[in-house]
Amino acid sequence: MSLDAATVRRIARLARIRVDDTEVETLKSELNAILGYVEQLGEVNVDGVEPLSGGAQMALRSREDFVTDGEIAEKVLANAPDREQNFFAVPKVVE
Amino acid sequence: MSIFDLTIAQASAKLAAKEISAVELTTAYNDAVAALNPRLNAYITTTPELALEQAQAADARIAAGDATALTGIPIAMKDLFCTEGVRTTAASKILEPFIPPYESTVSAKLKAAGAVTLGKANLDEFAMGSSNITSGYGPVENPWKRAEDPDAKLVPGGSSGGSASAVAARIALAATGTDTGGSIRQPAAFTGLAGIKPTYGRCSRFGIVAFASSLDQAGPMARNTEDCAILLNAMSGFDEKDSTSAQREVPDFTKALNRGVKGLKIGIPAEYRLEGTNPEILALWDKGIEWLKAQGAEIVEISLPHTKYGLAVYYIVAPAEASSNLARYDGVRFGKRVDGVDLIDMYERTRAAGFGPEVKRRIMIGTYVLSHGYYDAYYLKAQKVRNLILRDFTQAFEKVDAILTPTAPSAAFGLGEKMDDPVTMYLNDVFTVPASLAGVPAMSVPAGLNAEGLPLGLQVIGKHFDEETVFAVSAAIENAAGFSALPELRAK
Repeated sequence: MSLDAATVRRIARLARIRVDDTEVETLKSELNAILGYVEQLGEVNVDGVEPLSGGAQMALRSREDFVTDGEIAEKVLANAPDREQNFFAVPKVVE
Repeated sequence: MSIFDLTIAQASAKLAAKEISAVELTTAYNDAVAALNPRLNAYITTTPELALEQAQAADARIAAGDATALTGIPIAMKDLFCTEGVRTTAASKILEPFIPPYESTVSAKLKAAGAVTLGKANLDEFAMGSSNITSGYGPVENPWKRAEDPDAKLVPGGSSGGSASAVAARIALAATGTDTGGSIRQPAAFTGLAGIKPTYGRCSRFGIVAFASSLDQAGPMARNTEDCAILLNAMSGFDEKDSTSAQREVPDFTKALNRGVKGLKIGIPAEYRLEGTNPEILALWDKGIEWLKAQGAEIVEISLPHTKYGLAVYYIVAPAEASSNLARYDGVRFGKRVDGVDLIDMYERTRAAGFGPEVKRRIMIGTYVLSHGYYDAYYLKAQKVRNLILRDFTQAFEKVDAILTPTAPSAAFGLGEKMDDPVTMYLNDVFTVPASLAGVPAMSVPAGLNAEGLPLGLQVIGKHFDEETVFAVSAAIENAAGFSALPELRAK
């Protein structure tokens, strides 16, 4: 299975990364090299094998649902590229 | 003897005996950083004034009789650990303006122990790389040189390349690293250092810029196994802010160093004898086997049959998790923003400008393998093979106490080499990735030099939460190897 230019553009769109036309061919060959390498997993028999999602040898713990943090708006907003009062500011979304 | 020859244990003893002060030690290191960092580029951000303040506080603490083994010890902090009030970039341009309003748990623990931070060490962008060349702040030079070609710049390995270069060149007494697929062990091997990736869950991931959350682990890089044990003692422990943090007692790892290997069963996996592996690496591995045998260990041939699939699993799982983790860099809440005609355009321009090529590749691979129609074929399949790799280790550890392998398939290579395609670079991690996927602890210990005069490392892999045996075996190799070579380019 090999990616074509249209698929590379679609992945870039899904990943929210702007890709110029000049980059598409390079990306296509690089991504295909990686996908070509991982194709070898096809030969492994995984019948009856459960997927392993994590490295932790334990179940995730839970805790009581209560507020542990907050009232730090200035800290939260300190790194905002753009803000208005206590809000993150973004380009207009709804006309 | 120069002040730079002191290990953590030795410096700590001299600090306690008031033979040197923390301010003297830190000043010496600050000066060494100022002299050598412009060339090595091992630090992205240096914080000499802050270091000096911390050293003064350390001296006060030592005077008050309240010191730990790390009080007044100057270290480099990989720039993946968020440090309150000190810029944290993850070596990415997208985080260039980011000043964390909070501290990572591991760096907070080291601070609380009284360690002095000299600065934030360079790394591959978002820890994605094996050479430090993907850093948005320029590559790092390895202080080690080929004897025949001392002018050629070699890479320090990666992703913790700045940490490795800084400690090897003695512009840090030790450093923190993180390891997702080999990012502590491979650079340690490339620079003649000891470095351990502890068991997944041993060190809190809170405040470490996330790459692949099911694999990321913090760990120390230092001159020897003892210094690593001292650091790991301070870095480990349960943290309720990390959902995968292990609720386990932390033993004193330094106590395991002199246990010896008598009666231990050491596994030698047949599958790590890869075709085409450098004969020098294989010869060193054989030497390591002989050293352990001579000290009373029993050598057991074992099989880890799914080893060869480790990298393929890794290069699906890690990018998949990365594509999800890095979705947060959208130019809205923190980091760099590039304006666009609308919100989507702003996201796309911000991420195109902020991420380097390797990070973009991995996000795109991750996006693809998680996308509708491909999830089962790639991601789910990789997770199943990951389970088989864990099973390989579980079965092996029914028969052996630890496993010995080479750390990396080669010594440090030249800047610009192995750049033909991404997969060539990925092969660097072939020996380190399986332990990461299984979540077991693994340490690289310097064991010799190759014909070019470059350091080589051996890797000791242990059972989950049995770092103590890893330290015992690594210390036995260290003692037998008697590795004392130093790079010419270093603070003296």
